Amino acid sequence: MTIELFIPLLYILVLGSYLGFELISKVPPTLHTPLMSASNAISGITIVGALIACNELGYESLSKWLGMIALVLATINVVGGYAISDRMLKMFKKK
Amino acid sequence: MNLYIELAYLAASILFVAGIKMLNRTKTARKGNFVSALGMFIAILATVTQVRSIVLADILICILLGSAIGLVLAYKVKMTGVPEIVALFNGFGGLASLAVALSDFWLHTRQLHLSPGVITSTSVVLSVFIGGITFTGSVIAFLKLSGGISGRAIMYKGQHLINLLLLIAAIVLSVFVVINTSDPIYIITLSGLALLLGILLVIPIGGADMPVVISLLNSYSGMAACATGFVLNNSVLIVSGALVGASGMVLTQIMCKAMNRSLINVLLGGFGQTGSPVQTGGSEMVVKEVGIEEAAQIFDSVSSLIIVPGYGMAVAQAQHAVRELYELCEKRNINVRFAIHPVAGRMPGHMNVLLAEANIPYDKLVEMELINDDFANTDLVFVIGANDVVNPAAKNNPGSPIFGMPVLNVEQARTVIVSKRGMNPGYAGIENELFGADNCLMLFGDAKQTLTKLVSELKEL
Repeated sequence: MTIELFIPLLYILVLGSYLGFELISKVPPTLHTPLMSASNAISGITIVGALIACNELGYESLSKWLGMIALVLATINVVGGYAISDRMLKMFKKK
Repeated sequence: MNLYIELAYLAASILFVAGIKMLNRTKTARKGNFVSALGMFIAILATVTQVRSIVLADILICILLGSAIGLVLAYKVKMTGVPEIVALFNGFGGLASLAVALSDFWLHTRQLHLSPGVITSTSVVLSVFIGGITFTGSVIAFLKLSGGISGRAIMYKGQHLINLLLLIAAIVLSVFVVINTSDPIYIITLSGLALLLGILLVIPIGGADMPVVISLLNSYSGMAACATGFVLNNSVLIVSGALVGASGMVLTQIMCKAMNRSLINVLLGGFGQTGSPVQTGGSEMVVKEVGIEEAAQIFDSVSSLIIVPGYGMAVAQAQHAVRELYELCEKRNINVRFAIHPVAGRMPGHMNVLLAEANIPYDKLVEMELINDDFANTDLVFVIGANDVVNPAAKNNPGSPIFGMPVLNVEQARTVIVSKRGMNPGYAGIENELFGADNCLMLFGDAKQTLTKLVSELKEL
Protein backbone atom coordinates (compact mmCIF):
# COMPACT_ATOMS: atom_id res chain seq x y z
CA MET A 1 0.00 0.00 0.00
CA THR A 2 1.27 3.44 -0.87
CA ILE A 3 1.24 6.49 1.38
CA GLU A 4 -1.33 8.07 -0.96
CA LEU A 5 -3.72 5.19 -0.27
CA PHE A 6 -2.87 4.99 3.41
CA ILE A 7 -3.55 8.58 4.46
CA PRO A 8 -7.25 8.69 3.45
CA LEU A 9 -7.76 5.42 5.33
CA LEU A 10 -6.11 6.97 8.37
CA TYR A 11 -8.57 9.87 8.13
CA ILE A 12 -11.43 7.37 8.14
CA LEU A 13 -9.97 5.66 11.20
CA VAL A 14 -9.53 8.84 13.22
CA LEU A 15 -12.89 10.39 12.33
CA GLY A 16 -14.69 7.05 12.73
CA SER A 17 -13.21 6.62 16.22
CA TYR A 18 -14.25 10.12 17.19
CA LEU A 19 -17.77 9.51 15.90
CA GLY A 20 -17.88 6.25 17.86
CA PHE A 21 -16.91 7.99 21.11
CA GLU A 22 -19.55 10.68 20.58
CA LEU A 23 -22.32 8.22 19.70
CA ILE A 24 -21.70 5.72 22.47
CA SER A 25 -21.29 8.31 25.22
CA LYS A 26 -24.94 9.27 24.65
CA VAL A 27 -26.36 5.76 25.08
CA PRO A 28 -28.11 5.37 28.48
CA PRO A 29 -26.85 2.60 30.81
CA THR A 30 -30.17 0.75 30.41
CA LEU A 31 -29.22 -0.10 26.85
CA HIS A 32 -25.56 -0.93 27.35
CA THR A 33 -25.93 -4.69 27.02
CA PRO A 34 -27.93 -4.69 23.76
CA LEU A 35 -25.64 -1.93 22.49
CA MET A 36 -22.64 -4.09 23.17
CA SER A 37 -24.03 -7.14 21.43
CA ALA A 38 -25.04 -4.99 18.44
CA SER A 39 -21.62 -3.35 18.20
CA ASN A 40 -20.15 -6.80 18.59
CA ALA A 41 -22.13 -7.82 15.52
CA ILE A 42 -20.81 -4.75 13.67
CA SER A 43 -17.24 -5.87 14.42
CA GLY A 44 -18.20 -8.98 12.46
CA ILE A 45 -17.83 -6.74 9.37
CA THR A 46 -14.63 -8.68 8.92
CA ILE A 47 -17.07 -11.05 7.14
CA VAL A 48 -16.49 -8.85 4.08
CA GLY A 49 -12.81 -9.68 4.26
CA ALA A 50 -13.63 -13.35 4.73
CA LEU A 51 -15.79 -13.35 1.59
CA ILE A 52 -12.94 -11.83 -0.41
CA ALA A 53 -10.54 -14.42 1.05
CA CYS A 54 -12.90 -17.24 0.00
CA ASN A 55 -12.58 -16.06 -3.57
CA GLU A 56 -9.55 -18.33 -4.06
CA LEU A 57 -10.19 -21.20 -6.41
CA GLY A 58 -8.21 -24.17 -5.16
CA TYR A 59 -8.97 -26.22 -2.08
CA GLU A 60 -5.23 -26.97 -1.89
CA SER A 61 -4.70 -23.32 -0.99
CA LEU A 62 -4.29 -22.49 2.69
CA SER A 63 -5.62 -18.99 2.00
CA LYS A 64 -8.93 -20.43 0.83
CA TRP A 65 -9.34 -22.57 3.94
CA LEU A 66 -8.46 -19.69 6.23
CA GLY A 67 -11.04 -17.61 4.40
CA MET A 68 -13.74 -20.24 4.83
CA ILE A 69 -13.00 -20.67 8.53
CA ALA A 70 -13.12 -16.88 8.89
CA LEU A 71 -16.44 -16.79 7.05
CA VAL A 72 -18.09 -19.29 9.39
CA LEU A 73 -16.76 -17.51 12.48
CA ALA A 74 -17.66 -14.03 11.28
CA THR A 75 -21.17 -15.21 10.34
CA ILE A 76 -21.68 -16.60 13.85
CA ASN A 77 -20.52 -13.23 15.21
CA VAL A 78 -22.81 -11.19 12.94
CA VAL A 79 -25.98 -13.31 13.03
CA GLY A 80 -25.66 -14.24 16.71
CA GLY A 81 -24.89 -10.67 17.78
CA TYR A 82 -27.86 -9.09 16.02
CA ALA A 83 -30.20 -11.93 17.05
CA ILE A 84 -29.41 -11.69 20.74
CA SER A 85 -29.64 -7.90 20.65
CA ASP A 86 -33.09 -8.15 19.09
CA ARG A 87 -34.13 -10.76 21.65
CA MET A 88 -33.17 -8.41 24.48
CA LEU A 89 -34.64 -5.23 22.99
CA LYS A 90 -37.95 -6.99 22.44
CA MET A 91 -38.26 -7.35 26.21
CA PHE A 92 -37.89 -3.68 27.09
CA LYS A 93 -41.37 -2.38 27.87
CA LYS A 94 -42.59 0.87 29.30
CA LYS A 95 -45.33 1.00 31.87
CA MET B 1 -12.29 -0.17 -7.64
CA ASN B 2 -15.91 -0.80 -8.46
CA LEU B 3 -18.09 2.27 -7.97
CA TYR B 4 -21.28 0.42 -7.05
CA ILE B 5 -19.57 -1.74 -4.50
CA GLU B 6 -17.89 1.27 -2.91
CA LEU B 7 -21.23 3.08 -2.78
CA ALA B 8 -22.80 0.05 -1.14
CA TYR B 9 -20.03 0.09 1.48
CA LEU B 10 -20.71 3.78 2.07
CA ALA B 11 -24.42 3.03 2.53
CA ALA B 12 -23.53 0.27 4.98
CA SER B 13 -21.33 2.64 6.99
CA ILE B 14 -24.13 5.22 7.17
CA LEU B 15 -26.59 2.56 8.32
CA PHE B 16 -24.19 1.43 11.06
CA VAL B 17 -23.89 4.99 12.37
CA ALA B 18 -27.65 5.60 12.12
CA GLY B 19 -28.31 2.26 13.82
CA ILE B 20 -26.07 3.08 16.79
CA LYS B 21 -27.65 6.51 17.00
CA MET B 22 -31.10 4.90 17.25
CA LEU B 23 -29.79 2.56 19.92
CA ASN B 24 -29.49 5.47 22.33
CA ARG B 25 -33.24 5.57 22.96
CA THR B 26 -35.25 2.66 24.24
CA LYS B 27 -38.12 3.49 21.91
CA THR B 28 -36.06 3.31 18.73
CA ALA B 29 -33.42 0.83 19.90
CA ARG B 30 -34.92 -2.27 18.32
CA LYS B 31 -35.28 -0.50 14.98
CA GLY B 32 -31.71 0.73 15.33
CA ASN B 33 -30.48 -2.81 15.70
CA PHE B 34 -32.41 -3.72 12.55
CA VAL B 35 -31.01 -0.74 10.63
CA SER B 36 -27.50 -1.78 11.59
CA ALA B 37 -28.21 -5.38 10.49
CA LEU B 38 -29.53 -4.04 7.19
CA GLY B 39 -26.22 -2.24 6.71
CA MET B 40 -24.39 -5.50 7.28
CA PHE B 41 -26.64 -7.28 4.79
CA ILE B 42 -25.92 -4.65 2.13
CA ALA B 43 -22.17 -4.88 2.73
CA ILE B 44 -22.28 -8.69 2.44
CA LEU B 45 -24.45 -8.63 -0.68
CA ALA B 46 -22.21 -6.09 -2.41
CA THR B 47 -19.15 -8.21 -1.66
CA VAL B 48 -20.76 -11.43 -2.86
CA THR B 49 -21.49 -9.87 -6.27
CA GLN B 50 -17.77 -9.53 -6.92
CA VAL B 51 -16.68 -13.09 -6.11
CA ARG B 52 -16.34 -15.75 -8.81
CA SER B 53 -19.52 -17.72 -9.31
CA ILE B 54 -17.67 -21.00 -8.83
CA VAL B 55 -17.00 -20.24 -5.16
CA LEU B 56 -20.61 -19.24 -4.40
CA ALA B 57 -21.46 -22.75 -3.18
CA ASP B 58 -18.58 -22.71 -0.67
CA ILE B 59 -19.69 -19.31 0.56
CA LEU B 60 -23.30 -20.37 0.91
CA ILE B 61 -22.34 -23.44 2.94
CA CYS B 62 -20.14 -21.39 5.29
CA ILE B 63 -22.80 -18.71 5.76
CA LEU B 64 -25.57 -21.23 6.40
CA LEU B 65 -23.41 -23.10 8.89
CA GLY B 66 -22.40 -19.89 10.69
CA SER B 67 -25.97 -18.55 10.74
CA ALA B 68 -27.31 -21.79 12.18
CA ILE B 69 -24.71 -21.87 14.95
CA GLY B 70 -25.19 -18.15 15.68
CA LEU B 71 -28.98 -18.39 15.85
CA VAL B 72 -28.97 -21.48 18.06
CA LEU B 73 -26.52 -19.88 20.49
CA ALA B 74 -28.40 -16.56 20.51
CA TYR B 75 -31.82 -18.09 21.13
CA LYS B 76 -30.78 -20.84 23.53
CA VAL B 77 -28.90 -18.67 26.00
CA LYS B 78 -30.59 -17.56 29.21
CA MET B 79 -30.51 -13.86 29.98
CA THR B 80 -28.14 -14.49 32.89
CA GLY B 81 -25.79 -16.08 30.35
CA VAL B 82 -25.71 -13.15 27.91
CA PRO B 83 -22.29 -11.87 29.08
CA GLU B 84 -20.53 -15.13 28.30
CA ILE B 85 -22.20 -15.59 24.93
CA VAL B 86 -21.34 -12.01 23.95
CA ALA B 87 -17.74 -12.76 24.98
CA LEU B 88 -17.78 -15.89 22.82
CA PHE B 89 -19.19 -14.12 19.73
CA ASN B 90 -16.60 -11.45 20.25
CA GLY B 91 -13.86 -14.05 20.30
CA PHE B 92 -15.11 -15.53 17.02
CA GLY B 93 -14.95 -12.08 15.44
CA GLY B 94 -11.36 -11.69 16.62
CA LEU B 95 -10.33 -15.08 15.24
CA ALA B 96 -12.05 -14.29 11.94
CA SER B 97 -10.00 -11.09 11.62
CA LEU B 98 -6.83 -13.04 12.36
CA ALA B 99 -7.73 -15.66 9.74
CA VAL B 100 -8.56 -13.06 7.07
CA ALA B 101 -5.30 -11.19 7.58
CA LEU B 102 -3.31 -14.44 7.57
CA SER B 103 -5.13 -15.63 4.48
CA ASP B 104 -4.33 -12.45 2.59
CA PHE B 105 -0.71 -12.48 3.72
CA TRP B 106 -0.33 -16.13 2.72
CA LEU B 107 -1.88 -15.52 -0.68
CA HIS B 108 0.48 -12.67 -1.49
CA THR B 109 3.71 -14.00 -0.04
CA ARG B 110 3.42 -17.76 -0.62
CA GLN B 111 1.26 -18.10 -3.72
CA LEU B 112 1.71 -14.94 -5.70
CA HIS B 113 5.28 -14.48 -4.40
CA LEU B 114 4.79 -10.78 -3.94
CA SER B 115 6.35 -8.71 -1.22
CA PRO B 116 3.75 -6.59 0.58
CA GLY B 117 4.86 -3.13 1.62
CA VAL B 118 5.65 -2.03 5.14
CA ILE B 119 2.16 -0.57 5.72
CA THR B 120 0.35 -3.74 4.62
CA SER B 121 2.58 -6.13 6.54
CA THR B 122 2.38 -3.96 9.68
CA SER B 123 -1.41 -4.10 9.37
CA VAL B 124 -1.26 -7.89 9.03
CA VAL B 125 0.86 -8.06 12.18
CA LEU B 126 -1.60 -5.88 14.13
CA SER B 127 -4.62 -7.80 12.89
CA VAL B 128 -3.08 -11.17 13.77
CA PHE B 129 -1.85 -9.96 17.14
CA ILE B 130 -5.03 -8.19 18.31
CA GLY B 131 -7.29 -10.82 16.74
CA GLY B 132 -5.39 -13.65 18.46
CA ILE B 133 -5.53 -12.00 21.89
CA THR B 134 -9.22 -11.23 21.40
CA PHE B 135 -10.00 -14.86 20.56
CA THR B 136 -8.30 -16.71 23.42
CA GLY B 137 -8.96 -13.86 25.88
CA SER B 138 -12.67 -14.05 25.07
CA VAL B 139 -12.71 -17.83 25.35
CA ILE B 140 -11.16 -17.59 28.84
CA ALA B 141 -13.71 -14.89 29.78
CA PHE B 142 -16.47 -17.17 28.42
CA LEU B 143 -15.20 -20.11 30.50
CA LYS B 144 -14.86 -18.00 33.65
CA LEU B 145 -18.36 -16.56 33.29
CA SER B 146 -20.05 -19.85 32.41
CA GLY B 147 -18.30 -21.71 35.20
CA GLY B 148 -16.27 -23.90 32.83
CA ILE B 149 -13.21 -22.83 34.80
CA SER B 150 -13.02 -21.17 38.19
CA GLY B 151 -13.88 -17.48 38.19
CA ARG B 152 -11.08 -16.85 40.65
CA ALA B 153 -8.01 -14.90 39.64
CA ILE B 154 -5.22 -17.31 38.75
CA MET B 155 -1.93 -15.89 39.97
CA TYR B 156 1.57 -17.34 39.97
CA LYS B 157 5.07 -16.09 40.60
CA GLY B 158 6.67 -13.98 37.89
CA GLN B 159 3.36 -13.67 36.02
CA HIS B 160 3.76 -10.06 34.97
CA LEU B 161 7.41 -10.62 34.00
CA ILE B 162 6.48 -13.58 31.78
CA ASN B 163 3.74 -11.53 30.08
CA LEU B 164 6.14 -8.66 29.56
CA LEU B 165 8.78 -10.93 28.03
CA LEU B 166 6.19 -12.49 25.72
CA LEU B 167 5.05 -9.03 24.68
CA ILE B 168 8.63 -8.02 23.85
CA ALA B 169 9.08 -11.28 21.93
CA ALA B 170 5.92 -10.46 19.97
CA ILE B 171 7.24 -7.02 19.04
CA VAL B 172 10.57 -8.50 17.88
CA LEU B 173 8.74 -11.15 15.85
CA SER B 174 6.55 -8.46 14.30
CA VAL B 175 9.64 -6.62 13.10
CA PHE B 176 10.90 -9.86 11.51
CA VAL B 177 7.55 -10.38 9.75
CA VAL B 178 7.75 -6.91 8.23
CA ILE B 179 11.43 -7.23 7.23
CA ASN B 180 11.24 -10.76 5.87
CA THR B 181 7.78 -11.34 4.44
CA SER B 182 8.77 -14.44 2.46
CA ASP B 183 9.42 -16.68 5.46
CA PRO B 184 6.06 -17.75 6.98
CA ILE B 185 7.63 -19.02 10.22
CA TYR B 186 7.53 -15.55 11.79
CA ILE B 187 3.87 -14.82 11.21
CA ILE B 188 2.88 -18.33 12.32
CA THR B 189 4.91 -18.00 15.54
CA LEU B 190 3.40 -14.57 16.11
CA SER B 191 -0.12 -16.01 15.76
CA GLY B 192 0.71 -18.67 18.35
CA LEU B 193 2.18 -16.09 20.68
CA ALA B 194 -0.89 -13.86 20.41
CA LEU B 195 -3.15 -16.80 21.20
CA LEU B 196 -1.02 -17.68 24.24
CA LEU B 197 -0.95 -14.06 25.45
CA GLY B 198 -4.75 -13.85 25.27
CA ILE B 199 -4.98 -16.72 27.76
CA LEU B 200 -2.27 -15.40 30.07
CA LEU B 201 -3.64 -11.87 30.15
CA VAL B 202 -7.17 -12.86 31.17
CA ILE B 203 -6.53 -15.69 33.70
CA PRO B 204 -5.33 -13.34 36.50
CA ILE B 205 -8.54 -11.29 36.29
CA GLY B 206 -11.25 -12.30 38.76
CA GLY B 207 -14.83 -13.06 37.75
CA ALA B 208 -16.19 -9.87 39.30
CA ASP B 209 -13.98 -7.74 37.02
CA MET B 210 -15.45 -9.35 33.90
CA PRO B 211 -17.61 -6.30 32.98
CA VAL B 212 -14.37 -4.44 32.28
CA VAL B 213 -12.77 -7.37 30.45
CA ILE B 214 -15.75 -7.96 28.17
CA SER B 215 -15.94 -4.27 27.28
CA LEU B 216 -12.23 -4.18 26.54
CA LEU B 217 -12.33 -7.34 24.41
CA ASN B 218 -15.27 -5.84 22.54
CA SER B 219 -13.05 -2.88 21.76
CA TYR B 220 -10.19 -5.18 20.67
CA SER B 221 -12.41 -7.05 18.21
CA GLY B 222 -13.21 -3.68 16.61
CA MET B 223 -9.54 -2.79 16.42
CA ALA B 224 -8.74 -6.18 14.84
CA ALA B 225 -11.41 -5.61 12.19
CA CYS B 226 -9.98 -2.15 11.64
CA ALA B 227 -6.44 -3.50 11.13
CA THR B 228 -7.85 -6.05 8.68
CA GLY B 229 -9.38 -3.12 6.81
CA PHE B 230 -5.89 -1.69 6.35
CA VAL B 231 -4.66 -5.07 5.09
CA LEU B 232 -7.40 -5.25 2.47
CA ASN B 233 -7.53 -1.52 1.75
CA ASN B 234 -11.21 -1.66 2.62
CA SER B 235 -12.88 1.42 4.09
CA VAL B 236 -16.07 -0.18 5.44
CA LEU B 237 -13.97 -2.43 7.67
CA ILE B 238 -12.08 0.59 8.97
CA VAL B 239 -15.22 2.65 9.69
CA SER B 240 -17.00 -0.20 11.48
CA GLY B 241 -13.88 -1.32 13.30
CA ALA B 242 -13.25 2.23 14.52
CA LEU B 243 -16.87 2.58 15.72
CA VAL B 244 -16.70 -0.66 17.68
CA GLY B 245 -13.19 0.04 18.99
CA ALA B 246 -14.34 3.40 20.35
CA SER B 247 -17.59 1.96 21.68
CA GLY B 248 -15.75 -0.71 23.66
CA MET B 249 -13.35 1.88 25.07
CA VAL B 250 -16.21 4.11 26.27
CA LEU B 251 -17.89 1.18 28.04
CA THR B 252 -14.56 0.10 29.54
CA GLN B 253 -14.08 3.58 31.00
CA ILE B 254 -17.62 3.63 32.40
CA MET B 255 -17.09 0.26 34.08
CA CYS B 256 -13.71 1.27 35.53
CA LYS B 257 -15.21 4.46 36.89
CA ALA B 258 -18.08 2.55 38.47
CA MET B 259 -15.57 0.44 40.38
CA ASN B 260 -13.15 3.31 41.04
CA ARG B 261 -10.35 1.28 39.48
CA SER B 262 -7.84 2.18 36.83
CA LEU B 263 -7.75 0.03 33.72
CA ILE B 264 -4.14 -0.95 34.52
CA ASN B 265 -5.20 -2.04 37.99
CA VAL B 266 -7.93 -4.29 36.52
CA LEU B 267 -5.61 -5.75 33.89
CA LEU B 268 -2.88 -6.60 36.41
CA GLY B 269 -5.54 -8.70 38.09
CA GLY B 270 -5.84 -10.43 41.43
CA PHE B 271 -8.28 -7.96 42.99
CA GLY B 272 -10.03 -9.16 46.15
CA GLN B 273 -8.01 -12.35 46.25
CA THR B 274 -5.24 -11.24 48.60
CA GLY B 275 -6.17 -14.05 50.96
CA SER B 276 -5.53 -12.27 54.26
CA PRO B 277 -8.76 -11.97 56.22
CA VAL B 278 -9.86 -8.40 56.67
CA GLN B 279 -9.58 -6.99 60.18
CA THR B 280 -12.98 -6.43 61.70
CA GLY B 281 -11.65 -3.90 64.17
CA GLY B 282 -11.97 -6.09 67.25
CA SER B 283 -15.68 -5.90 67.99
CA GLU B 284 -18.03 -8.17 66.08
CA MET B 285 -20.70 -6.33 64.19
CA VAL B 286 -24.16 -6.78 65.68
CA VAL B 287 -26.91 -7.12 63.11
CA LYS B 288 -30.66 -6.99 63.60
CA GLU B 289 -32.61 -9.80 62.02
CA VAL B 290 -36.15 -9.50 60.80
CA GLY B 291 -38.71 -12.22 60.10
CA ILE B 292 -40.89 -12.48 57.00
CA GLU B 293 -44.10 -11.44 58.77
CA GLU B 294 -42.51 -8.40 60.34
CA ALA B 295 -40.91 -7.47 57.02
CA ALA B 296 -44.30 -7.73 55.30
CA GLN B 297 -45.79 -5.38 57.87
CA ILE B 298 -43.05 -2.85 57.19
CA PHE B 299 -43.77 -3.08 53.45
CA ASP B 300 -47.44 -2.56 54.24
CA SER B 301 -46.76 0.67 56.13
CA VAL B 302 -44.54 2.59 53.69
CA SER B 303 -45.41 4.95 50.88
CA SER B 304 -42.08 4.97 49.02
CA LEU B 305 -39.80 2.05 48.23
CA ILE B 306 -36.53 1.70 46.34
CA ILE B 307 -35.43 -1.81 45.41
CA VAL B 308 -31.68 -2.34 44.95
CA PRO B 309 -31.04 -5.54 42.98
CA GLY B 310 -27.58 -7.14 42.90
CA TYR B 311 -26.23 -10.09 41.01
CA GLY B 312 -27.12 -12.33 43.98
CA MET B 313 -30.75 -11.80 42.95
CA ALA B 314 -30.08 -13.18 39.49
CA VAL B 315 -28.08 -16.10 40.86
CA ALA B 316 -31.06 -17.04 43.03
CA GLN B 317 -33.36 -16.61 39.97
CA ALA B 318 -35.51 -14.27 42.04
CA GLN B 319 -36.36 -11.77 39.24
CA HIS B 320 -39.93 -12.96 38.82
CA ALA B 321 -40.57 -12.92 42.57
CA VAL B 322 -39.24 -9.36 42.54
CA ARG B 323 -41.74 -8.49 39.78
CA GLU B 324 -44.59 -9.88 41.88
CA LEU B 325 -43.44 -7.82 44.85
CA TYR B 326 -43.22 -4.75 42.62
CA GLU B 327 -46.76 -5.24 41.25
CA LEU B 328 -48.17 -5.81 44.70
CA CYS B 329 -46.58 -2.62 46.02
CA GLU B 330 -47.80 -0.65 43.01
CA LYS B 331 -51.33 -1.87 43.73
CA ARG B 332 -51.00 -0.53 47.26
CA ASN B 333 -50.03 2.87 45.85
CA ILE B 334 -46.47 2.60 47.07
CA ASN B 335 -44.07 4.56 44.88
CA VAL B 336 -41.67 1.79 43.77
CA ARG B 337 -38.45 2.33 41.86
CA PHE B 338 -35.34 0.30 41.20
CA ALA B 339 -31.84 1.71 41.76
CA ILE B 340 -29.34 0.21 39.32
CA HIS B 341 -25.63 0.40 40.04
CA PRO B 342 -23.52 0.27 36.83
CA VAL B 343 -21.76 -2.93 37.95
CA ALA B 344 -24.88 -4.61 39.35
CA GLY B 345 -24.68 -7.31 36.66
CA ARG B 346 -21.93 -9.17 34.85
CA MET B 347 -21.63 -6.76 31.93
CA PRO B 348 -22.62 -3.12 31.34
CA GLY B 349 -26.42 -2.81 31.54
CA HIS B 350 -26.91 -6.49 32.35
CA MET B 351 -29.19 -5.90 35.36
CA ASN B 352 -31.58 -3.86 33.20
CA VAL B 353 -31.91 -6.78 30.78
CA LEU B 354 -32.54 -9.24 33.62
CA LEU B 355 -35.31 -7.05 35.03
CA ALA B 356 -36.77 -6.36 31.59
CA GLU B 357 -37.00 -10.11 31.07
CA ALA B 358 -39.07 -10.33 34.27
CA ASN B 359 -41.45 -7.74 32.73
CA ILE B 360 -40.44 -4.87 34.97
CA PRO B 361 -41.01 -1.63 33.01
CA TYR B 362 -37.73 0.06 32.08
CA ASP B 363 -38.93 3.50 33.19
CA LYS B 364 -38.91 2.19 36.77
CA LEU B 365 -35.19 1.43 36.55
CA VAL B 366 -33.19 4.46 37.64
CA GLU B 367 -29.42 4.79 37.30
CA MET B 368 -27.27 5.59 40.30
CA GLU B 369 -26.57 9.30 39.70
CA LEU B 370 -30.24 10.07 39.20
CA ILE B 371 -31.56 8.30 42.29
CA ASN B 372 -28.78 8.77 44.83
CA ASP B 373 -30.21 11.99 46.27
CA ASP B 374 -33.66 10.43 46.70
CA PHE B 375 -32.69 7.80 49.28
CA ALA B 376 -32.78 10.40 52.09
CA ASN B 377 -36.52 10.93 51.65
CA THR B 378 -37.46 7.32 51.02
CA ASP B 379 -39.32 5.22 53.60
CA LEU B 380 -37.89 1.83 52.72
CA VAL B 381 -34.99 0.44 50.73
CA PHE B 382 -34.99 -3.26 49.89
CA VAL B 383 -31.54 -4.60 48.99
CA ILE B 384 -31.59 -8.00 47.25
CA GLY B 385 -28.30 -9.84 46.77
CA ALA B 386 -26.19 -6.69 46.53
CA ASN B 387 -23.30 -5.96 48.85
CA ASP B 388 -20.29 -3.87 47.89
CA VAL B 389 -22.37 -1.40 45.85
CA VAL B 390 -24.30 -0.41 49.01
CA ASN B 391 -21.32 -0.35 51.39
CA PRO B 392 -20.99 3.09 53.05
CA ALA B 393 -17.31 2.29 53.73
CA ALA B 394 -16.67 3.35 50.14
CA LYS B 395 -17.56 6.89 51.26
CA ASN B 396 -16.32 7.14 54.83
CA ASN B 397 -13.55 4.60 55.43
CA PRO B 398 -10.31 5.59 53.65
CA GLY B 399 -8.77 2.28 54.74
CA SER B 400 -11.34 0.21 52.84
CA PRO B 401 -10.25 -1.47 49.57
CA ILE B 402 -13.33 -0.06 47.87
CA PHE B 403 -12.90 3.48 49.24
CA GLY B 404 -13.78 5.98 46.52
CA MET B 405 -16.03 3.63 44.56
CA PRO B 406 -19.37 5.31 43.81
CA VAL B 407 -22.07 3.55 45.86
CA LEU B 408 -25.80 3.84 46.41
CA ASN B 409 -26.71 5.94 49.47
CA VAL B 410 -29.13 3.34 50.82
CA GLU B 411 -28.22 3.98 54.48
CA GLN B 412 -29.90 7.41 54.22
CA ALA B 413 -33.36 5.89 53.89
CA ARG B 414 -35.58 5.60 56.95
CA THR B 415 -35.44 1.80 56.95
CA VAL B 416 -33.28 -0.63 54.99
CA ILE B 417 -34.10 -4.33 54.64
CA VAL B 418 -31.36 -6.52 53.21
CA SER B 419 -32.22 -9.90 51.72
CA LYS B 420 -29.06 -11.97 51.88
CA ARG B 421 -28.12 -15.63 52.02
CA GLY B 422 -25.79 -15.25 55.01
CA MET B 423 -23.17 -12.94 56.42
CA ASN B 424 -20.54 -13.73 53.74
CA PRO B 425 -18.66 -10.67 52.51
CA GLY B 426 -18.95 -9.43 48.93
CA TYR B 427 -16.36 -10.10 46.24
CA ALA B 428 -14.03 -7.44 47.60
CA GLY B 429 -13.80 -9.56 50.74
CA ILE B 430 -14.75 -6.80 53.12
CA GLU B 431 -17.37 -6.38 55.78
CA ASN B 432 -20.32 -4.15 55.15
CA GLU B 433 -21.01 -1.77 58.02
CA LEU B 434 -24.44 -1.04 56.54
CA PHE B 435 -25.61 -4.38 57.98
CA GLY B 436 -24.83 -3.18 61.50
CA ALA B 437 -26.55 0.19 61.10
CA ASP B 438 -29.46 1.11 63.37
CA ASN B 439 -31.94 1.43 60.53
CA CYS B 440 -30.88 -1.81 58.81
CA LEU B 441 -32.72 -5.11 59.15
CA MET B 442 -31.38 -8.39 57.79
CA LEU B 443 -33.74 -10.83 56.12
CA PHE B 444 -31.65 -14.00 55.85
CA GLY B 445 -32.35 -16.82 53.39
CA ASP B 446 -32.40 -17.70 49.71
CA ALA B 447 -33.64 -14.64 47.83
CA LYS B 448 -36.23 -16.48 45.74
CA GLN B 449 -37.79 -18.35 48.67
CA THR B 450 -37.73 -15.32 50.92
CA LEU B 451 -39.36 -13.12 48.31
CA THR B 452 -42.02 -15.67 47.44
CA LYS B 453 -42.93 -15.95 51.12
CA LEU B 454 -42.85 -12.18 51.52
CA VAL B 455 -45.23 -11.76 48.58
CA SER B 456 -47.76 -14.27 49.90
CA GLU B 457 -47.53 -12.72 53.37
CA LEU B 458 -48.09 -9.26 51.94
CA LYS B 459 -51.12 -10.47 49.95
CA GLU B 460 -52.85 -11.45 53.17
CA LEU B 461 -52.36 -8.10 54.84
